[in-house]
Amino acid sequence: MEHEKFEETVTVVSQEQIGTDIYSMWLRAEQIAAHAVAGQFVSLYCADGSRLLPRPISICEIARERGEIRLVYRVAGEGTKEFSGMCPGAQRRAVGPLGNGFPKEQKKALLIGGGIGIPPMLALAKETDCEKQVVLGYRDELFLLEDFKKVFGETADESVYIATEDGSAGTRGNVLDVIRERKLSADVIYACGPGPMLRALKEYAAEQKIPCWISMEERMACGIGACLACVCKSKDVDAHSNVKNKRVCAEGPVFLAEEVET
Amino acid sequence: MVFFMNLGVDLCGVKLKNPVMTASGTFGSGQEYGEFVDLNRLGAVVTKGVAAVPWEGNPTPRVAEVCGGMLNAIGLQNPGIDVFVKRDIPFLKQFDTKIIVNVCGHTTEEYVAVVERLADEPVDMLEINISCPNVKEGGIAFGQSPKTVEAITAEIKRHAKQPVIMKLSPNVTDITETARAAEAGGADALSMINTITGMKIDIHRRCFALANRTGGMSGPAVHPVAVRMVYQSAQAVYIPIIGMGGILTAEDAIEMILAGASAVSVGTANFTNPHATEQIAAGIAAYMERYGVGDIRELVGAVHDR
Repeated sequence: MEHEKFEETVTVVSQEQIGTDIYSMWLRAEQIAAHAVAGQFVSLYCADGSRLLPRPISICEIARERGEIRLVYRVAGEGTKEFSGMCPGAQRRAVGPLGNGFPKEQKKALLIGGGIGIPPMLALAKETDCEKQVVLGYRDELFLLEDFKKVFGETADESVYIATEDGSAGTRGNVLDVIRERKLSADVIYACGPGPMLRALKEYAAEQKIPCWISMEERMACGIGACLACVCKSKDVDAHSNVKNKRVCAEGPVFLAEEVET
Repeated sequence: MVFFMNLGVDLCGVKLKNPVMTASGTFGSGQEYGEFVDLNRLGAVVTKGVAAVPWEGNPTPRVAEVCGGMLNAIGLQNPGIDVFVKRDIPFLKQFDTKIIVNVCGHTTEEYVAVVERLADEPVDMLEINISCPNVKEGGIAFGQSPKTVEAITAEIKRHAKQPVIMKLSPNVTDITETARAAEAGGADALSMINTITGMKIDIHRRCFALANRTGGMSGPAVHPVAVRMVYQSAQAVYIPIIGMGGILTAEDAIEMILAGASAVSVGTANFTNPHATEQIAAGIAAYMERYGVGDIRELVGAVHDR
């Protein structure tokens, strides 16, 4: 799939810390906001010229009418540390929207996010109008939970479930423990999160014989499919690469789980 | 009065409209960056290395950022010459730019197979990658000994219909030895530098940042090394040199040209700025206008002592 990509100067509208090392930033990004769909990402450049590569960050919310996007990201190094210090009015170059979003299958859906894989699921929760439930997996500290509850309003209690590794909130364990404990079922799964979570969901979806769309993460350089840095292993020979590799930035980041190695 | 400038470069009989080309491996075959850059404005597109058969490349992570640069260990993943000829050459033929195909292989025979396959294709030049630090056989193994550089150059020249550019490794004690060896083997031009072997360690996990442990370093941090090697080689050989290594701006490109490069390749800068190639070409023209340089060739190797 080919989508139109834009390079534009984006402006910070607001930024707040919403967890340990986790930040939420609204950016004015007219063209990106106008074209983005849930599951896509943007490449955000640093102002510090010694950091050459853009940071790929998934889109957490899209406010098309305001020409804004929301990025929720974890500070993982000097580049994201720079972003976390940006105040309203600060500008950076960005390229986006990049990659392919989640396909909307119009079936009863389970939206599953783990850790820093949670943010893109908020965009999806807001943009899918089918019957859906959300399962969020945290280590201990909760973030974005209220945003998900707001999407469901009065039905939040029977729509949004959480798991924490230490049992401090929701089900003790992981997202699959929630699915089993609450006997949740669906006709399609959408997920983003750490590798072990995606592997477990891929297996679960295969048992249930339902499609499972997963969003993959890999170290990137160009972000647009040219450099072949961010590949994942695929079940079949890929049409572009002519080997069993798919580019996460170009063919992904969203893949049908059975088509890739997680 | 309109000041007339010539940015055109003649590389072994191939006439480039300007000296700016893309560095192999950073630009695919132009499809992706073609959404950001008008490929008609580039002197040439140098493609990602292509081998006789498809290569899967290395495990991930394949890249890591370092201060002022990056490491890569892609491992020359490529779709093989058949797909390349069918898909990538027709794509590039739509544009008014020269096509330079970068060729890789594990053995001399594999390089020759690709070179022969390209003989009747509408390709302007061949760039032979004997300097990739990220593959176990071939690549850099050919590029570090002057004797093997001369031998493989001679063998490729026996089969090539297009002018042959040998891409040299900076991971040698004396770049002029390999430059002279390539010239002695019959190379029509040289490309330098390929990446410098480096390593990054994730101190929090205490593991190598790259799955391949080592990777090739590129980006502005290597630029002075590249300028020095281009300068030394330009003193040592008669054939033209295509300079690359950390060119981020037009100023960097001009430095390389003054050191002795007839043309330049832009690589890592594409990742930092998708418009880099086009902007560097425009910036070179602006520099020439500012200093009243009528012909880009006046700048080649024009550096002198203070």
